[in-house]
Amino acid sequence: MGAEAQSIPGLGAPADTEWETVVGLEVHAELATETKLFSASPNRFGGDPNTHIDPVSLGLPGSLPVLNQKAVELAIRVGLALNCRIQPSVFARKNYFYPDMPKDFQISQYDQPINVDGWLELPTGRRIGIERAHIEEDTGKTVHIGGGGRIHEAGYSLVDYNRAGVPLVEIVGHPELRSATEARQYVAELRSILVAVGASDGKMEEGSLRVDCNVSVRPAGSDRLGTRCEIKNVNSLRSLGRAIDYESRRQIDLLTSGQPIEQQTRHWNEDDGRTHALRSKEEDHDYRYFPEPDLLPLDPSPQWVEQIRQELPPLPRDRRLRLAEAAPSADAAHIALAVERSLDELAVAAIGQGGVPERVMTHIVHNLADGPGELTPQALASLVGMEDKGQLTATQAKRVLAVLVDRGGSPQEAAQKLGFEAMESVELESLVDGLVADHPDEWSRFCDGDAKLTGFFVGQAMKATQGRADGKAVTQLLNSRRG
Amino acid sequence: MGQQRITRAECAHVAALARLELTDEELDRFTGQLDELLDHVAEVEALDVEGLHPTMHALPIANQLRPDVPGEVLDRDEVLAQAPLAEDGQFRVPPVLGEAP
Repeated sequence: MGAEAQSIPGLGAPADTEWETVVGLEVHAELATETKLFSASPNRFGGDPNTHIDPVSLGLPGSLPVLNQKAVELAIRVGLALNCRIQPSVFARKNYFYPDMPKDFQISQYDQPINVDGWLELPTGRRIGIERAHIEEDTGKTVHIGGGGRIHEAGYSLVDYNRAGVPLVEIVGHPELRSATEARQYVAELRSILVAVGASDGKMEEGSLRVDCNVSVRPAGSDRLGTRCEIKNVNSLRSLGRAIDYESRRQIDLLTSGQPIEQQTRHWNEDDGRTHALRSKEEDHDYRYFPEPDLLPLDPSPQWVEQIRQELPPLPRDRRLRLAEAAPSADAAHIALAVERSLDELAVAAIGQGGVPERVMTHIVHNLADGPGELTPQALASLVGMEDKGQLTATQAKRVLAVLVDRGGSPQEAAQKLGFEAMESVELESLVDGLVADHPDEWSRFCDGDAKLTGFFVGQAMKATQGRADGKAVTQLLNSRRG
Repeated sequence: MGQQRITRAECAHVAALARLELTDEELDRFTGQLDELLDHVAEVEALDVEGLHPTMHALPIANQLRPDVPGEVLDRDEVLAQAPLAEDGQFRVPPVLGEAP
């Protein structure tokens, strides 16, 4: 990352110095292949320990790696989507001793990575530079047993190599993010892109997407980088934001009290909401990279890269623009949410079939968090049409929608089955007459201008009709009756 | 032979990284041998390679790729039977302190 560990010019400055947080992220994403990067064992989350293993992923003597074509294609998709240059690349051995890698080295890319010099555009329009996005293999998983679960008291460790050799891309961003919020936007956007191009499932909770963040602080306006700390174990967007906020606060406190920042790796603890220095010795890592002699260079032909580019699906940014065009009055955050949940295509299609954009977006944002299920654009368009004509209340529409998601079919049919026949206006008028007669006190207060009573009467109307009355129509009747 | 290209301390550091325990006598001997190797590298480095295309690999081929099709996996019990220690379908190893490097 090249952040020079120089002292902060503002050290010893008064406590009211304005500080700026600087964040650079390294994101590891597991590629959505059928098999591992260098062997034919399945690449699948979970499964009984050590059931997705073969001689290559166990590093057995004599075994030889053979590169997975699909992994390369997915890595190129990622590179293209991040506006990188795709270049000839070489695999390298990163040497270290740790039981998660049985051959005592990890195959990665070092000085000649496949994707370089790209950028990612945040939803705000700010572009964050991408230094590289290279291919490497994942490691196995170790669990610590004994000693009450605390690492330093552990009796022994158990190793599962199912994940060893799973293909990854490591996306290294420049330290150009300026806040926890921007860091979250970056990861959310990156995840959307990875999912959109089919490169990864992007599930942070299953470890498909892992984020290491480098955090430093400096006096606002300075163009020098402060000493950074690397934070590991950030497993959700929420913890990413919390960890960065905590860490920059910690560093600012140290600097304002005249203490130096020590460059170190720190561990985010979700429970106490702090970062902790790792107990391991902070020796300078010396991985002694050298070209992997068992693998040939990778030099994707321009034709192949061009073909992959042609086949790239629309990216989240373009999808947001498209939905914003279809629903011009929609909130930017709601547009982003729709794209993130992959509901934008449904929304655009439903609007295209005549659905009122505002009503379509309401369902997209509030009622389809678990996905569209069996719901078709046509059904969504006619559902909001029924709402628009007053044939269904908002509450009823929500229940009809749940049926459509569950079983498909048309909203007319579903509404009928649920017994949601729209109330005739005559029926509604006699209902309101009755309410006025039954509640003379409330009625006179309403007539005197107490607007809160609207809710009371609508509530009574709903109760009397088990929710069949249209709240808006009742309000209109009340207002017109008041004169 | 020019000036010394690697110190005894550097050699000891490299040995430590490779988890090699060397005696004082071995350390002297290997420092000298590594130095000679580096002399040879220096000779190659001195060549004028202006305009030559870099050779990335001894074989003049690239892009040896495999289709993404699942194949056979090893039998877990058979594999674990050959490990020094196993437990719950996993390899049992000495306690791992700290994070992976």
